[in-house]
Amino acid sequence: MTVLDSLRRRHVPDTAEVDSAAVVVDGLTKRFGRGPLILDDISLRVAPGEFLCILGASGCGKSTLLNLVAGLEQPTAGTVEVPGHKPSLMFQEPALYPWLTAAQNVELALRLRGVGKAQRREETQRLLGVVRLEGAGAKRPHELSGGMRQRVALARALAQDSKVLLMDEPFAALDAITRDVLHDELTRIREEVGATVLFVTHNVREAVRLGDRVVLLSSRPGRVANEFAVDIPQPRRIESPEVAALSVVITEHLRAEIRRHAQKATS
Amino acid sequence: MTTAQTDTNRDLEAGLDALELGPVEPRRSWWRQALYSGLPPVVALLLLLAVWQLIVSTRHPHNLPSPSAVGSELQDQWSKGRIQEGVRNSLYHGALGFLISTAIATPIGVALARISLLRRAFRPLISGLQSLPSVVWVPAAILWFGLSAKTLFFVVLMGAIPSIVNGTISGIDQVPPLFLRVGHVLGARGLTLARHVLLPAALPGYLSGLKQGWAFSWRSLMAAELIASSGSLGLGQLIEDARNLSSFPGVIVGILAILVVGIAVDLVFFSPLERRVLKRRGLLTT
Repeated sequence: MTVLDSLRRRHVPDTAEVDSAAVVVDGLTKRFGRGPLILDDISLRVAPGEFLCILGASGCGKSTLLNLVAGLEQPTAGTVEVPGHKPSLMFQEPALYPWLTAAQNVELALRLRGVGKAQRREETQRLLGVVRLEGAGAKRPHELSGGMRQRVALARALAQDSKVLLMDEPFAALDAITRDVLHDELTRIREEVGATVLFVTHNVREAVRLGDRVVLLSSRPGRVANEFAVDIPQPRRIESPEVAALSVVITEHLRAEIRRHAQKATS
Repeated sequence: MTTAQTDTNRDLEAGLDALELGPVEPRRSWWRQALYSGLPPVVALLLLLAVWQLIVSTRHPHNLPSPSAVGSELQDQWSKGRIQEGVRNSLYHGALGFLISTAIATPIGVALARISLLRRAFRPLISGLQSLPSVVWVPAAILWFGLSAKTLFFVVLMGAIPSIVNGTISGIDQVPPLFLRVGHVLGARGLTLARHVLLPAALPGYLSGLKQGWAFSWRSLMAAELIASSGSLGLGQLIEDARNLSSFPGVIVGILAILVVGIAVDLVFFSPLERRVLKRRGLLTT
């Protein structure tokens, strides 16, 4: 435990960084009612424009962490700050509204944000252009493929005009080819928009492919176990040797975390 | 990213989209569609008529009129304008009763679906009322309102309201929680959330509740008309009059008229509406 603590402390940024952080999570602890501890004393600082991947096995509370940052849940202890922004959130399912067309789904987000009617149409077209679905605006969600739906969901998230984008395993349900293309897309769009991204996944290679930094969470309760800087220039390929090499290292750490639970179960 | 790479990605993505969507199937032409959905019920009807005729001509049951006897009775009643008048009056009472029921039941349903205490308190009662045959309200209604249109409306309301309330509740219950969470993330709360997310999402379940509500309205009205003949001639009363005259063909003509109106309302109003809503959401495969 002391080793892990010292690892974590080493990465706490200095005060200059803290002042300009896009997301500050401090001592965050969560339990539901009288249930078990889900998250234990999580502290994270995400710099503006940073792409932070949160990696962990089942039961590490990844989704709970994002819900707390999004303000959908209240922390048991600790604080979450997202200065100046209401973060937008993307789920594993696109969750597009089936009674609206793709364009209307994006437009609803603009409308709820208070964008005027005249401006909405133009902005919707621009956002569909960002995810390269200019021609698909009139289609309904069920007429789109899984990858296209997730891109509409991304356009809808971008429509909130938040500089902080929270993503909860958004590509987990897609096939490998589509996921690979969407990784490229997300890298491009994030550069274009200059957004800060907090991306939750259980896929080590995906985390290394996308992130500037990877935070490894332990499970039950979720604690920051380790973190890794990814110093590989973008655009990366998921199958490149650099990505593979770092993935091997992180996977070892992840497996060590999981093995600790085997000891717990037998002892 | 370099421009060349961006272009390659764009093509890659366009190719993926095209592959995933597949070719668009051509639509059936209108006459093929009419043949496809219209022919089987017509053939089934002709078959039933043939069986009926066969029974009458081989066994000569003294208390079953032949199709032709019913046909001439129908012609007779039609020429006197009694069927038209019955359909007009019954449809008027049924439709108005249904609309009033909808107006009363919808807010009750929304309240019961969203307020847990109300639901726990009233849901068993509503479900019980739904399984209660509304004909049991007829004697009470006659004691309260006499033989008037009020009696008819009361029985229709008691039949339709529980069914629409239950339909509204299950429509709202079936809304995926994720839709509401997305609405929350997008900044919708309270009435805005209800208007843009909750109510549109609940529409398919609500519509099937309305459809069932209409069926209950129509049934209840017929029961009331059969027992409590009010001032105006309805289809239920048509049957009762025929029975008093011991006219078996007349009774069957009344039953057929009630059946045809029921089918017509569904075919002209509810089915197209339901199909349209489901089709737009990709919940209908044909």
